[in-house]
Amino acid sequence: MIEIQNVHKSFGPLKVLKGIDLTVEKGEVVTVIGGSGSGKSTLLTCINGLEPIDSGRILVDGTEVHARTTDLNRLRQKIGIVFQQWNAFPHLTVLENVTLAPRKVLGIDKAEAEAIAEKQLRHVGLGDKLSTFPSRLSGGQQQRMAIARALAMSPDYMLFDEVTSALDPQLVGEVLETLKMLAEEGMTMICVTHEMAFARDVSDRVAYFHKGIMAEIGAPEQIFGDPQHLETRAFLASVR
Amino acid sequence: MFGYTFQWNQALARLPKMLDGAVVTMEVAVLSMLIGIALAILLTLLRLSGARALRGIATGWVEIARNTPALFQIYMAHFGVASFGIHFSPFVSLLIGITFNNAGYLAENFRGALKAIPETQTRAGRSLGMSQLQAFRYIILPQMLRISFLPMTNQMVWAVLMTSLGVTVGMNADLYGITQDLNALTFRTFELFAIAGVLFYVITKIITLGARLIAARLFRY
Repeated sequence: MIEIQNVHKSFGPLKVLKGIDLTVEKGEVVTVIGGSGSGKSTLLTCINGLEPIDSGRILVDGTEVHARTTDLNRLRQKIGIVFQQWNAFPHLTVLENVTLAPRKVLGIDKAEAEAIAEKQLRHVGLGDKLSTFPSRLSGGQQQRMAIARALAMSPDYMLFDEVTSALDPQLVGEVLETLKMLAEEGMTMICVTHEMAFARDVSDRVAYFHKGIMAEIGAPEQIFGDPQHLETRAFLASVR
Repeated sequence: MFGYTFQWNQALARLPKMLDGAVVTMEVAVLSMLIGIALAILLTLLRLSGARALRGIATGWVEIARNTPALFQIYMAHFGVASFGIHFSPFVSLLIGITFNNAGYLAENFRGALKAIPETQTRAGRSLGMSQLQAFRYIILPQMLRISFLPMTNQMVWAVLMTSLGVTVGMNADLYGITQDLNALTFRTFELFAIAGVLFYVITKIITLGARLIAARLFRY
């Protein structure tokens, strides 16, 4: 379970998160929508401790992420994150990209790590690209590789930060399909996205962020069908 | 012309000795590069560190290495430290001097290479649970070395040529030192140094060609 309690976060004078409260249960899929600068991506990087927070608490399975005593390297093993820019490691093959962390972080031997990586790469439809270098892959393929790379660590949670935003339109579908598949398999996910149809289809709950505040959260039918807040309505009207 | 009679045979008879010297020259150059690369990586890490003192040491090293004559650096490694009662053999002093120079130049190359690697690469590694050091070792370092490969080749060539400065600290086992000694014995000055020049040229050509072959094999992406 991920518990976010009254989290505040600023970059210099800019207040990005102004008191966020959100609890995500095991197996739940929560999508976060909202305009740019609403703080939704920042929230994800705070959850896995890549960014410090100013006040409040974030607990992952009861462990406080930003506590001094927390071993972040250990904690991050159970929180996979995939970014808008997929960040493939260009000097490694697709297979090596995926086996690197299991081998070096978890200490799994090469053969076993390769078996895990192959399984995950097949899972995302890249079974025939194992020895290819990322530069030979399309953006969509690289993004799916990044998803497999995160999954190879057997995380309990997956965070997706606008994973389709940097892709050519015709490549968006294949990545969303992968995310949908994960959701159906019961993965606990928080997805920051601009893909409204996707949010409606796969989410258990949809949260709308506006200027650092979670303006509204609810079932997708409610958020898309009967938004309560003025800002939510305005936002949804603007993206339709 | 000019009353000088070329006697190539006399000089060429000394070629085996000069080739022995070329081997020593290569030893110094290769060792100074291997240690220099290791030190340059260390300097690069120090320059990234949060501790002001460590950054200062690394920056000072790079500044001195790049802005003083290599001859000065070799001199200090021999006669300079001798003032404090520390005595190195000419071989060791030459090695220290060139290594110091290599490390300084390479550290600057590495710094430039790091700028070409997106910050998000480290972030991606960290988010997979890697420590800062693991992310550097497995993700940043290989890319940094690749980007710096050509400058490293240049530095290797430079290291070979810098060995010729060893004669100033009494080095007489390397190509230049041997040539100088042979010249004192035979006075075939032009012929001997011309042969030495050709050998230097051949060595550096072999290095650049070899580097190209290695690059083709190593950098598959």
